Amino acid sequence: MHRKCKEVAGEEDKMSKAIISVIDLVKIYQMGEVEVHALRGISADIMNGDFLAIMGKSGSGKSTFMNMIGCLDVPTRGQYLLDEVDVSSLSKDQLANLRNNKIGFVFQSFNLLSRTTALENVELPLMYNRKISSKEMRDRSLNALDAVGLADRAHHFPNQLSGGEQQRVAIARSLVNDPVVILADEPTGNLDTRTSLEVMGIFQKLNQKGITIVIVTHDADVAAFTKRHITFRDGRIIRAIEVNKPRNAMEELAAMPVMVEEDDA
Amino acid sequence: MKIKNLLIAAIRSLKKNKMRTFLTMLGIIIGVASVIAMLAIGQGSKQSIQAQISTLGTNILIIYPQASSSGGVRMEAGSSQKMTLEDVNAITERCPSVEYITPQVRSSGQLVNGNMNWRTSVYGVYPDYFEIRNLKIMSGNLFTMTDDRSSTKVCIIGQTVITNLFGDYADPVGNYIRINKIPFKIIGTIEKKGQNAFGQDQDDVVIAPFSTVQKRMMAITHIQSMLVSARSEALIPAASQEITDVLKAKHNLGPSEEPDFTIRTQTDIAEAATATSGILTVLLATIASISLLVGGIGIMNIMLVSVTERTREIGIRMSVGARGRDVLLQFLIEALMISLLGGFIGISLGVIVSQLIANILSWPVNITVQSILMSFVFASAIGIFFGWYPARKAARLNPIDALRYE
Ligand SMILES: Nc1ncnc2c1ncn2[C@@H]1O[C@H](COP(=O)(O)OP(=O)(O)OP(=O)(O)O)[C@@H](O)[C@H]1O
Ligand SMILES: [Mg+2]
Repeated sequence: MHRKCKEVAGEEDKMSKAIISVIDLVKIYQMGEVEVHALRGISADIMNGDFLAIMGKSGSGKSTFMNMIGCLDVPTRGQYLLDEVDVSSLSKDQLANLRNNKIGFVFQSFNLLSRTTALENVELPLMYNRKISSKEMRDRSLNALDAVGLADRAHHFPNQLSGGEQQRVAIARSLVNDPVVILADEPTGNLDTRTSLEVMGIFQKLNQKGITIVIVTHDADVAAFTKRHITFRDGRIIRAIEVNKPRNAMEELAAMPVMVEEDDA
Repeated sequence: MKIKNLLIAAIRSLKKNKMRTFLTMLGIIIGVASVIAMLAIGQGSKQSIQAQISTLGTNILIIYPQASSSGGVRMEAGSSQKMTLEDVNAITERCPSVEYITPQVRSSGQLVNGNMNWRTSVYGVYPDYFEIRNLKIMSGNLFTMTDDRSSTKVCIIGQTVITNLFGDYADPVGNYIRINKIPFKIIGTIEKKGQNAFGQDQDDVVIAPFSTVQKRMMAITHIQSMLVSARSEALIPAASQEITDVLKAKHNLGPSEEPDFTIRTQTDIAEAATATSGILTVLLATIASISLLVGGIGIMNIMLVSVTERTREIGIRMSVGARGRDVLLQFLIEALMISLLGGFIGISLGVIVSQLIANILSWPVNITVQSILMSFVFASAIGIFFGWYPARKAARLNPIDALRYE
């Protein structure tokens, strides 16, 4: 049956292949006597160039799913192909290499290293890549910061940056290693509407350049900027819909009145 | 991760917590500095004792009659009358490893010059005594074997005696003094020699021909001891063996019988004198090493706290691709940097402290290259040893658990 799926997929998308393909993914947390079924059999394909929003109630298993496909955690059962590599058979070190080369992570709480400049934070993934010279490391990191509009803040520390700016540094870090997919777990969860728009604008821009992006969000307004929605409930996918015409974050940002500053004045 | 990047990461995180890094380092600094200083003091005192021992003379053997235990009454060493000039002559003839030999008698003498008085030891020896003990004549002359044969009443006196009988810087050669009421002509003075290893003043001495002291002053026929020098340091054991054989034969003792004399070599004396300072060195170094060990435990403690405190950081690093061994190496390198830098500063401090001790307390110190190398090796070993456990703990974390850590 799996075989069939793959064949169909292969015929269907000559140009866009599945970057991520999970089949019947199950995650059970053992809490002493109690088993917590966080994922109860998830099957999904995420195509190259996709921009996917994962939605659902709290505790429905969204983060657990993100951690699985981000190779931060291993599933209890099920198969997971990342860029056509079967991840379930890999060692810890191989998983680390996979995270280093193919995945970019953005967290709700930014997760930047404190007392470490923006540039050094962005350089972090490249430091663990043996093939990259110091100069290339610096150039690519500056480019990534430029891509999120923070080139001039390269030498600032996280505590000198606003939440939105910190999240943009985190996005720069997630894309500096040219990942096949960027995974963002509630990237706008700690941000106000306006800054959320900025962050979504950056994601849309990156997606237009062809980077596959998966975000988790509770906010339907945020999800509206993506191309596809998947809804989780109780560790299962209950709905998958295509967005006909995603909204454009940059345009909305431009149209937005700068109210806060006027209030202050 | 490349080594260069590892170093950068380690330096960055040590810089983040400068105060803590410094305090952790302080344990190592103090430990290493005290090891260096203690070894320097120990080595210095050992060396100065050895230098003092060598003022005894070169390649010396001392032979004195053994207290005989016949009849169950043990007599005081040197009180036996079994040793005579015949023994001296036999050794001179039949011991090829012996270069110089002199019989020795010692009497205490009341010295008088005009109204000045001084009490000291008067030694009766052959002129070769001066060769054996490296004594130099400062002014005047040495007596000869002819003087010995005719028991001439001449003597040679040390600086302390001069000071007490004639005043500072006097040259009393040619003057007469009375020793136990007998007039002696001073024919020479001895160059200053200072204290020996046992704190005795080697300049407080009168030396006269052997037979003069033996016959005229003491009226005895035996000798109290013999002083011998071997032809070289390597020949000291051979000389000792030859003398044992000759004296046993002379005293009609079988090879398996206990000798009725004792031979003490310079090596024995030096060992006895340096043994105490050796024990002291070991003791001081041990105490210092314990403080170094405590410094190491300090590193471990801080690294453990650091691993717990930086669990999230470890999670972040792992989420962007750090492998277990990258994390392990980073923490290990941090520990190693603390201990090596601490070791380096500690060595410098130890050298400075040793110099201060030398200058202010004027204790003899000697900083050896070995002690510096040893401290350095010890410091890095401590870094690795005590850094290992926390580093491994960090490396074994699960990425997702580390990221979730509050
Ligand atoms: N480490 C864990 N140990 C035990 N149970 C866990 C663990 N992580 C998650 N769970 C459980 O798994 C279920 C799914 O959790 P998950 O974090 O994936 O939810 P979520 O959809 O991300 O929720 P939210 O929107 O609040 O972030 C929950 O019932 C949670 O209690
Ligand atoms: Mg979640």
